[in-house]
Amino acid sequence: MVIRLMRNRAIPIAIALIVIIATGGVYTLQSQARAGDRSLVVSTTTSLYDTGVLDVIEDEFEAETPIDLYFISVGTGLAISHAQRGDADMILVHAPSKEQTFLEEGYGVCRKIIAYNFFSIVGPADDAAGIAEMEPMAALDALVEKGRAGEIIWVSRGDDSGTHSKEKELWTDAGYDLATLRDEDWYREAGTGMGKTLQIAEEFEAYTLTDMGTYLKYFKDGLVSLEVRVGAGKELINVYSAIAVNSNTNPDANFEDALTFIEFLVSEEGQGTFESYGVDDYGTALFNPAVSLLRDASDPTTAGWIEDTAFFDGSECPSGYRTGGESLYG
Amino acid sequence: MVHEILEGLIEALRLIAVGDPELIEITLRSLAISGLATLLACAWSIPLGSLIGLGRFRGRRLVKGFFNVLLGLPTVALGLVLYLVFSRSGPLGFLRLLYSPAAIILGQALLITPIIVSLVASTLESIDPDVRNLALTLGASESRARLTVLGESVEGITLAVTASFNRAIAELGVALMMGGNIRGVTRLLTTTIALETGRGEIALSIALAFVLLLIIAAVNAMMGFVRRRI
Repeated sequence: MVIRLMRNRAIPIAIALIVIIATGGVYTLQSQARAGDRSLVVSTTTSLYDTGVLDVIEDEFEAETPIDLYFISVGTGLAISHAQRGDADMILVHAPSKEQTFLEEGYGVCRKIIAYNFFSIVGPADDAAGIAEMEPMAALDALVEKGRAGEIIWVSRGDDSGTHSKEKELWTDAGYDLATLRDEDWYREAGTGMGKTLQIAEEFEAYTLTDMGTYLKYFKDGLVSLEVRVGAGKELINVYSAIAVNSNTNPDANFEDALTFIEFLVSEEGQGTFESYGVDDYGTALFNPAVSLLRDASDPTTAGWIEDTAFFDGSECPSGYRTGGESLYG
Repeated sequence: MVHEILEGLIEALRLIAVGDPELIEITLRSLAISGLATLLACAWSIPLGSLIGLGRFRGRRLVKGFFNVLLGLPTVALGLVLYLVFSRSGPLGFLRLLYSPAAIILGQALLITPIIVSLVASTLESIDPDVRNLALTLGASESRARLTVLGESVEGITLAVTASFNRAIAELGVALMMGGNIRGVTRLLTTTIALETGRGEIALSIALAFVLLLIIAAVNAMMGFVRRRI
């Protein structure tokens, strides 16, 4: 009497499959793995990463140094949270108030303002709120008025991102109470990224606040037909900064390489990349280099705007938070 | 809409025909990671499923129900919990696993464990009990008898493995939280689709979705072929 333990062919086939998958899998991952263990984790915001400028910066930087750049692109809130937990070595974000807290709570040091552009209020072709060319504050008043009259809709990011923070600041500066606004019918919260938010606004033929990078791309690809209604002004300035994680708070943080990368970002080469990115595709640069603007006197108005929005105690990085990177602040 | 889908299909064919290096890289990586995750999960899930399916112990129903519930675990929720565990400031942070392919492999293996356990248990339960009884009567030990039953359930096990691989390669939440979608390191088909969709690259996203479907179809066809040969 013979009991077959298993059907004859199952075992060898199973073993063959296991061996193939195991060796194939491990081999693939090994061959793809980058040589060397020197990596720098940069937590950044989606509105910066999605424009693609950081891929260009990454290629340039990695061509010159043995450092491997790892960009983690999430919302600003999460980017900062990553850094606080020690999962990033530095952050590249655009939320000055959150950045200030980051410095003051001891998580970050050596902040440098890298680049700037402007947020815009975009809206439907018919501009039902009639805000074209208005000053930002006046435009917000008009939006609230028309919104409450049921004539227009506003879509908010609603996700605690840098853009959302700016939006909240704008409403507050214009004298509105956010808690009240959020309950009103015409104020809709998307709770998602910039691209999605634009698409939602497009669907509703609504107004929204957007960064130029995402907007230009979506507009050019025909994904939205909303147009810029209010495009510049002190209140709409969007400032991007880099902050290294404080190695006193997070001993495992790769501070040395973070400093090297920040030095690259403020160098002529890094700044040049920000200055030229987007011109080929959109006819206009998506960013403006900030370092020379703040250093020279060529455009005191814009420099003044940056100082008002993004300086803390009169400086981009108060002296108490410059440990290890004093050379950045010639 | 039809226009975008067609555009995507054409873009998919073009990328494949041209042998686009980035496409090849992320496809191979997705296959490697999900394949290894499936192997890993099988290593502990098939024995576990067998124990549950064939075992006779108190609370068996409860355990089975527990795994059935885990079947519906949202990937984002699991990804978040695992992130907190493997984060530098988390209990297993010292392993430095975060943002590596290994982290995704582990995460996906955990994700698909309930699938394999539940399916294996169900399959074994449905095998005619006479098989086990016959083996026992002929002098086999309990474990030998169970192995015999296992042998009769190759079909069900293959299904469990295939289904769990499909789940692993098509999931996003775990790959994103554990891997970080880092270019050249942990970027997969699903995470790239998410990224490019956010960037407004609709045609490319649809193209990648087609490629993913193609992969899943190919793997399933292959597993079906293997099943028939056994």
